[in-house]
Amino acid sequence: MADGQPQLDLSPKVSDEVRKTTCYMCACRCGINVHMKDGKVAYIEGNRDHPVNKGVLCAKGSAGIMQVNAPSRLKKPLKRVGPRGSGEYEEISWEEAMSTAVGWLTELHETAPHKLAFFTGRDQSQSFTSFWAQHFGTPNYAAHGGFCSVNMAAAGIYTMGGAFWEFGQPDWDHTKLFMIFGVAEDHDSNPIKAGIGKIKANGAKVIGVNPVRSGYNAVADEWVGITPGTDGLFILALIHELMKAGKIDLHYLAQYTNAAVLVDAETGLLLRDVDGKQLVIDRTTGKPTPFDQKGARPDLSATYRQAGVTHHTVMHLMAEKYLDPQYAPENVAEKTGISAQKIKTIAAELARVAFDEAFELDQEWTDFRGETHKTMTGRPVSFHAMRGISAHSNGFQTCRALHVLQILLGTVEVPGGFRFKPPYPKPVEAHPTPHGYGRPGKPLAGPHLGFPRGPEDLQINEDGSACRIDKAFTWENPMSVHGLMHMVISNAHAQDPYPIDTLFMYMANMSWNSSMNTSGVIKMLTDRNDDGGYRIPRIIYSDAYSSEMVAYADLILPDTTYLERHDCISLLDRPICEADGAADAIRWPVIEPDRDVRGFQSVLIELGARIGLPHFLNEDGTPKWKDYADYIVNHERRPGVGPLAGFRGEDGDQFGRGTVNPEQLDKYIENGGFAIEHVPDAARYMKPWNQDYQDWAVKIGLFDAPQPYLFQLYVEPMRKFQRAAEGHGDIQPPDHMRDRLKEVMDPLPIWYAPLEDSSVDPDEFDVHALTQRPMAMYHSWGTQNAWLRQLHGENPLYLPTKLWQKHSFSEGDWARVTSVHGEITVPVAHQAALNENTVWTWNAIGKRKGTWALSEDAPESNTGFLLNHLIHELLPPKGDGLRWANSDPITGQAAWFDLRVKIEKADPPTESQPAFDPIKSPVPQGPDHLEWKVGR
Amino acid sequence: MTNLPTKTDRTLGLVIDLDTCVGCHACVISCKGWNTENYGAPLSDQRPYGTEPMGTFLNRVHSYEVQPEQGHAQTVHFPKSCLHCENAPCVTVCPTGASYKRVEDGIVLVNEDHCIGCGLCAWACPYGARELDQAEGVMKKCTLCVDRIYNENLPEEDQIPSCVRTCPAGARHFGDLSDPNSDVSQLVETRGGFDLMPEMGTLPVNKYLPPRLKDSWDDQSLLAPLLEPVAEEPQGFLGWLDKALDKLPGGTT
Amino acid sequence: MHPAPSVIVFSTLSGLGFGLLFWLGIDTNPPTGLPAFIFFAVAYALSVGGLISSTFHLGHPERAWRAFTQWRSSWLSREGVSAVFALLTMGIYAIDLIFLQIHATALGLIGAALALFTVFTTSMIYAQLDTVPRWKTPFTPALYLSLSLAGGALLSGRVNMAILLLVIAAIFQFIWWQRGDAALSDSGTDLGTATGLGERGTVRSMAHPHTAPNYLVKEFIFVIGRKHAQKLRRIAFGLTFVLPIICLLLPFSHVLAIIAVLSHVAGVATSRWLFFAEAEHVVGLYYGMR
Repeated sequence: MADGQPQLDLSPKVSDEVRKTTCYMCACRCGINVHMKDGKVAYIEGNRDHPVNKGVLCAKGSAGIMQVNAPSRLKKPLKRVGPRGSGEYEEISWEEAMSTAVGWLTELHETAPHKLAFFTGRDQSQSFTSFWAQHFGTPNYAAHGGFCSVNMAAAGIYTMGGAFWEFGQPDWDHTKLFMIFGVAEDHDSNPIKAGIGKIKANGAKVIGVNPVRSGYNAVADEWVGITPGTDGLFILALIHELMKAGKIDLHYLAQYTNAAVLVDAETGLLLRDVDGKQLVIDRTTGKPTPFDQKGARPDLSATYRQAGVTHHTVMHLMAEKYLDPQYAPENVAEKTGISAQKIKTIAAELARVAFDEAFELDQEWTDFRGETHKTMTGRPVSFHAMRGISAHSNGFQTCRALHVLQILLGTVEVPGGFRFKPPYPKPVEAHPTPHGYGRPGKPLAGPHLGFPRGPEDLQINEDGSACRIDKAFTWENPMSVHGLMHMVISNAHAQDPYPIDTLFMYMANMSWNSSMNTSGVIKMLTDRNDDGGYRIPRIIYSDAYSSEMVAYADLILPDTTYLERHDCISLLDRPICEADGAADAIRWPVIEPDRDVRGFQSVLIELGARIGLPHFLNEDGTPKWKDYADYIVNHERRPGVGPLAGFRGEDGDQFGRGTVNPEQLDKYIENGGFAIEHVPDAARYMKPWNQDYQDWAVKIGLFDAPQPYLFQLYVEPMRKFQRAAEGHGDIQPPDHMRDRLKEVMDPLPIWYAPLEDSSVDPDEFDVHALTQRPMAMYHSWGTQNAWLRQLHGENPLYLPTKLWQKHSFSEGDWARVTSVHGEITVPVAHQAALNENTVWTWNAIGKRKGTWALSEDAPESNTGFLLNHLIHELLPPKGDGLRWANSDPITGQAAWFDLRVKIEKADPPTESQPAFDPIKSPVPQGPDHLEWKVGR
Repeated sequence: MTNLPTKTDRTLGLVIDLDTCVGCHACVISCKGWNTENYGAPLSDQRPYGTEPMGTFLNRVHSYEVQPEQGHAQTVHFPKSCLHCENAPCVTVCPTGASYKRVEDGIVLVNEDHCIGCGLCAWACPYGARELDQAEGVMKKCTLCVDRIYNENLPEEDQIPSCVRTCPAGARHFGDLSDPNSDVSQLVETRGGFDLMPEMGTLPVNKYLPPRLKDSWDDQSLLAPLLEPVAEEPQGFLGWLDKALDKLPGGTT
Repeated sequence: MHPAPSVIVFSTLSGLGFGLLFWLGIDTNPPTGLPAFIFFAVAYALSVGGLISSTFHLGHPERAWRAFTQWRSSWLSREGVSAVFALLTMGIYAIDLIFLQIHATALGLIGAALALFTVFTTSMIYAQLDTVPRWKTPFTPALYLSLSLAGGALLSGRVNMAILLLVIAAIFQFIWWQRGDAALSDSGTDLGTATGLGERGTVRSMAHPHTAPNYLVKEFIFVIGRKHAQKLRRIAFGLTFVLPIICLLLPFSHVLAIIAVLSHVAGVATSRWLFFAEAEHVVGLYYGMR
């Protein structure tokens, strides 16, 4: 020790104990080590053994400690005593809360289950909440996918049996070129950050397609600052160039996709044999052959003449479509804002890396036709995409186009390309169809949400009215596989298709940032009938925190924080798998609540039993499960298959399939909160066609029989809807829908301008407006975290240089931003690396006064603002007497990013406009200083 | 002890990769968490739920735009914490000896028991690396997690600074910069690591790796042959397709 | 830089106090008895009062004694040590004069040197900082010393000396301001060197690491409008130099003398406020501000 230096304790005790659980600060589900001191949470870090984050942790995760001490935590069940929206509540006992809820719900269950609308927001227990709703018998259940990700999920599953988001990942070890479209830094964020770091270290290049150059796009080698809503057109131009140059993977297309499948020239449906198998022409025999016949060499260029009609392959139709000059780079440059030169360069680079840098992985494997291959061919180009392309009204077709692009390059499920994570790949045929039409007192015949194969799966009544309150699975959005949470309040208020009695929601801030048209939704929630009763008679809401939505509910069921609860992140819905392994995880109470709150899922279990839902009771009428933990361990969805795959069987040594193991949760805790089963080496790639993978997937219970399939470049269910619009079949759309359906339900990807462009004047509203989540914040998922809000307590509207200069803005200025629907006045800031016609801001920083235990002078409720006020759930009237939804016409995905605005300089108001009256807070305001140190 | 040591046994520090940092603030909050619970006084927060929330942080991430003469502006996320300078002005200005540079590893620390909270060291630091904790009245700064890197209660792989351990993108590297063979020295060597404000003469230990050249694909001539058309029309394409299929393994030619 | 009132009060008052002590120390014919008591009382009130004021901005004033330990390296420590030695030396000198009618000439000279050195150390606390280019100049000690000497001369009734020193200090003040306005841009430090990205293009701060002000922003970034600053400079200049010189040039009266002193003190306090308020710390560059 040097002279004068103090003696330091270089090995202080870190904690008394480390408890390993799963993070819930966003949707990533990273493993965390919760360091405990004196029984309290002292420090949170990433779990090195965890398959998702491998030790790293983002800002949100590390700030979890401020989430469990948050002053905004609700403390007891609440009963509304003032008018809705006033925030006037009375604390009540759980017994009173449960009796009230049971009273309301039992009557509905027995008389009119559809009058319950149960929507669960950012729920991570959807396989359970949907199970509950199914057994309640209401058709009105969904989570928040309809306003979040459905375009991505649906397009991926219909096209290739799996999607981006967190359901797949690039082959980080081998990829040389990674191209991202509209990727926000929220879902799967730590794995993607880690992956980008890894591939950069390997010398790979990143192309970022995004109007905003931030986050991943900031580190991208090439930035494509595309005009919002035109990604599909850009992708089709890439496809045009690649096809024209013959830079497509013919072997891959012939063997593993429906490019060689014959399309019936008269119906547009795929030709099939008597067993229903899609037919190809075998290049060896020249004869029609089932696609999966051993030794078949499907002929991409075949024609098949039968009964005087010549049928062509999908590839033939694609050539006719995509070689059309409308997709030439020169013809899309202006719309996309990308020069023809740049489009060609990118196409060429994709081709170069996919084909010139192709490699063979020394791994023998056997395909589904029984042919054994000595190696696996790697094409080191990978893609990823997220909300930037999916939250447009053309998002489904854009996502489809991107999948077709990567399939043409032969880069899906090959080394170096995009890889699925179990339980994907999983073809549409392995998914359920939608179910509705409950009978009082009876469960639905199957899950609410599924994948329609054609008009016969729509959820419409004989009179053409919608079965579901959100009008999912109707002609307005036939393939709305996640439901339309954003339409529930609006439709319930309009009593269209029918009035409901009780709206029951969980973790969804519908009176604020989770709704389009926030002011309108607030009005709908508070609107009354002539008799003085509320238009939406009863609202039950569960949340852990004092969110904006709390003030609009009649009964509040306070949830726990994520460290105080049981959860399972299950293979039955959204597990934590990696491409090389099937994995799931739990949360468990690493601390006990210090308030009178209960985990929402345990509350649902008790509600289910007390209402008398058959599956929630034993034969003797006693509750089947005492709480959610009990359900997680003991529920079996299929024999031997339950919510958790790990540690099943008597000895706890089985994965996937096995009898119930009462010690299962203890085993998970012992193992760090998760279980993983690695994919065998020979099964790691080519999964949809790989016998080893198929057998492994059956073994661990992902499915019950091997189900190899072809990627669907041509999506036949879409053709069925399109064909119905052309007048074929018994189930017919209303006439006013026909033209739109004929256009958008194209079975091959197309691009059309975002719908808002055709209903507002693009010259007047000449600016695109977007939001994105900051990486260090996850809007109202949790509370306004004391540490994180210091990073993002305000949200300027970022303007590109062109607009900044045009309106002579300078720092500290404000702008009035007007859409066809509304107007906001907000602070502005300059960003040069931004598409020149686009403005954007951080999502959901703006808060309402009186919420989240913030002081009323908090920046979030003064300069902070929401863009939501500018967006409506309906498009403006077009004069046809109809109001069209501001959604993707295929899936109903909320078209948040279609928004067009105009901008002018404004005198600075005292606070962002519109401003709302404060809500009376159900919790005391937070402390005015923090010196948080456990065990000090 | 405000004289700087003439030589330190090792020179521990960070190497921060501006090419990889996506600006996620993970390092910021991990640091806040570790150092609130560990070394010295907790990092306090004033008005944590009010207006102008203001807490002590030892590491912060700026966002810059670089506008080249030609082409798009580039966004650079820029984490910044104490650089543990060889010639640390914050140490020599300290009137009490609370600030010092460790002889063993060159880490610059504040002995909080001796700090009078005069703030002069923060004035002397060109990098904004020191923040006076408003609750405790003492100067806080990055300790390079001196209570982690030698901590025998942590597994060996975790004996690194908290920010490095948590960084999802792997943009932060820790090691001995006096050892030319260390990973960090090698990174600095191969990637052209640089100093911040070299003109200040502070001789920072921490180095920054520059972003790679961006938006550089304007020279398309090399790539052009890759897009040589096989056909202009669908018919031509199908003809090409037929021939190309024959060339595939198992084909007729 | 944040113009902390305690530091402004300190440097204004203690500068005057040590200036007065200097003149008392070198006086060949110093006052004794009650007049000496009054002079020394004023000098000690200013210098000690200033020093006490300076502790108000400390996080831990009770540990201030530790600041005497690092005189080998720290100007702040040297200031403390020097101030204590100056005050002790001049204390003995004062006691001799007040109570014993003894004029310890050598002690007075040593005390005067220490008083002046104390002012020098104060100025060097600022002048040493590379981080504040406006301060990093020999003109900073020149200004502090000339102001201290002029103020001391004024307080001690040395009219001609005061006029001469006020003129000299005015010249230093003028030069200091002129130089200071270009100091940051002349320093070669900008956001380009601060980030190391300057060779790639023009660097601009797009977003701060935190949306509310933190310690760094509050301490180092104080934005004062240029017009406002120019007006304050004129006021400070008038009060510090012009009005006192006019008062001194007029036939002597006690009222004019008091006006001259008060005007000078107010002027120095104003220019000290500007000394901080106009000073740009290079940390501001990281925030895209100065």
